[in-house]
Amino acid sequence: MRYVEEFRDPAMARALIARIGATAEAIGASPGRPVRIMEICGGHTHAIFRFGLDRLLHGGIEFIHGPGCPVCVLPMRRVDEAIAIAGRPGVIFTTFGDAMRVPGSRTSLMQARAAGADIRMVYSPLDALDLARRFPERDVVFFGIGFETTAPASALAIRQAAREGLGNFSVFCNHITVPPPIRALLEDPDMRLDGFVGPGHVSMVIGIRPYDFIPGEFGKPIVVSGFEPLDLLQAVLMVLTQVREGRAEVENQYARVVPEHGNPASLAAMAEVFEPRPSFAWRGLGEIDRSGLRIRARYRDFDAEERFGIGYAAGALPEEAAEGCACGAVMTGRIRPVACPRYGRGCTPETPLGALMVSSEGACAAYWHYAGARGPAEDGGRRAVRGGGRGGRHGPA
Amino acid sequence: MCLGIPGRIVAIVDAERMLATADIAGVRRDINVACVAEGPLDDLPGRWVLIHVGFAMALIDEDEAARTLEALRALGETEELAGAISGQAGAAPGGTAR
Ligand code: SF4
Repeated sequence: MRYVEEFRDPAMARALIARIGATAEAIGASPGRPVRIMEICGGHTHAIFRFGLDRLLHGGIEFIHGPGCPVCVLPMRRVDEAIAIAGRPGVIFTTFGDAMRVPGSRTSLMQARAAGADIRMVYSPLDALDLARRFPERDVVFFGIGFETTAPASALAIRQAAREGLGNFSVFCNHITVPPPIRALLEDPDMRLDGFVGPGHVSMVIGIRPYDFIPGEFGKPIVVSGFEPLDLLQAVLMVLTQVREGRAEVENQYARVVPEHGNPASLAAMAEVFEPRPSFAWRGLGEIDRSGLRIRARYRDFDAEERFGIGYAAGALPEEAAEGCACGAVMTGRIRPVACPRYGRGCTPETPLGALMVSSEGACAAYWHYAGARGPAEDGGRRAVRGGGRGGRHGPA
Repeated sequence: MCLGIPGRIVAIVDAERMLATADIAGVRRDINVACVAEGPLDDLPGRWVLIHVGFAMALIDEDEAARTLEALRALGETEELAGAISGQAGAAPGGTAR
């Protein structure tokens, strides 16, 4: 496929890997003293494992898997609320397939569907709109999840529903934004990162300027990257080159898709339909200020929280964690998935305990599918465990 | 859900609702093009876009793609040269084995 195959060329990959190795040597990186690069986006985590990039690279480069998998950071309580909405009489609850198996405090959407709730997987919010047109007597709710990549789609669907007067359509909005959790991670005194690979598809919407604070306030490089192997390798090389030259800047490896200032139409739709919530809960990370989006009063009729009196509309959410799971520590890069006591012992993709095991973009599931054979001895030993998960609130309350 | 996929716009099907047909790896699907409609919709057929959850979210910039590949190619050639000179055929010191 065009724009895919060219960016998988093995000869060029070898050249990049060699250059990355030489640069890592030049800055004195070693397995004992690695350069730690966080890939923020779950899509990158998935690609790194799928193509085995972590194993091909110089031993002095360590990937820390960031919180950029929207399914993985969805709080259990929000899953419970989704199930509660789906259980209301007359509701057709629609969701991306990714969210089906995320465990709530008692069940997942998948289990709720088996128990009789009308829950349907859709590919797009447009499919949910279609259902609303076809079933005017039913209440069609779309489970809005995802970062700035999918938020414009939800915003446009709401706008379209308003235009058509589809009074039986609403969105249960769980959209979140990328910059606030990065700030929260950088403000964590325990977090030792040397640079970031920035999310390509979030950035195609928001542009690269929202990351200016990363070099500006924290002195760390960030390179926005595409998702093919050559993209990721080039982005890693660009981060290392900045480290070697003592620079910290926002750079764009993915210029074929990411404009400096993002996509004006998407940004306008988001701004029209959504506003930041004062704070939003992230599974494993706790409440993060202004990190979630809610539907503006103007579009209240299409807000499932308002319509069903559920969620933040019903009051503040307590934070919760699953028994004995180390999702928070994994998500903040403190430990590798294999170091979690539940990894493979009670927590597998078939029976996930934590959300990181659910989505193919979650760090634990990626390890399980692509790196399982490596086992804890080879992988777990490379990283010291530095304490458990975190909770609490980030930033000024 | 978060993974985008490149596709080529084939035809506009519903200008009112901003819907177009796209060819995505040989499969045709209707997608919303509101986010990439910078000018008249009729300019879109033939263009490559990045598609997420039924929406074209970005026009792919062919010149930028070519530039990135050119830079990679140049790097590949330098590496080959360096490898030939040092007799290592492109292997980096420190190795790639893990
Ligand atoms: S193995 Fe399961 S419980 Fe442990 S961190 Fe991963 S998802 Fe959470």
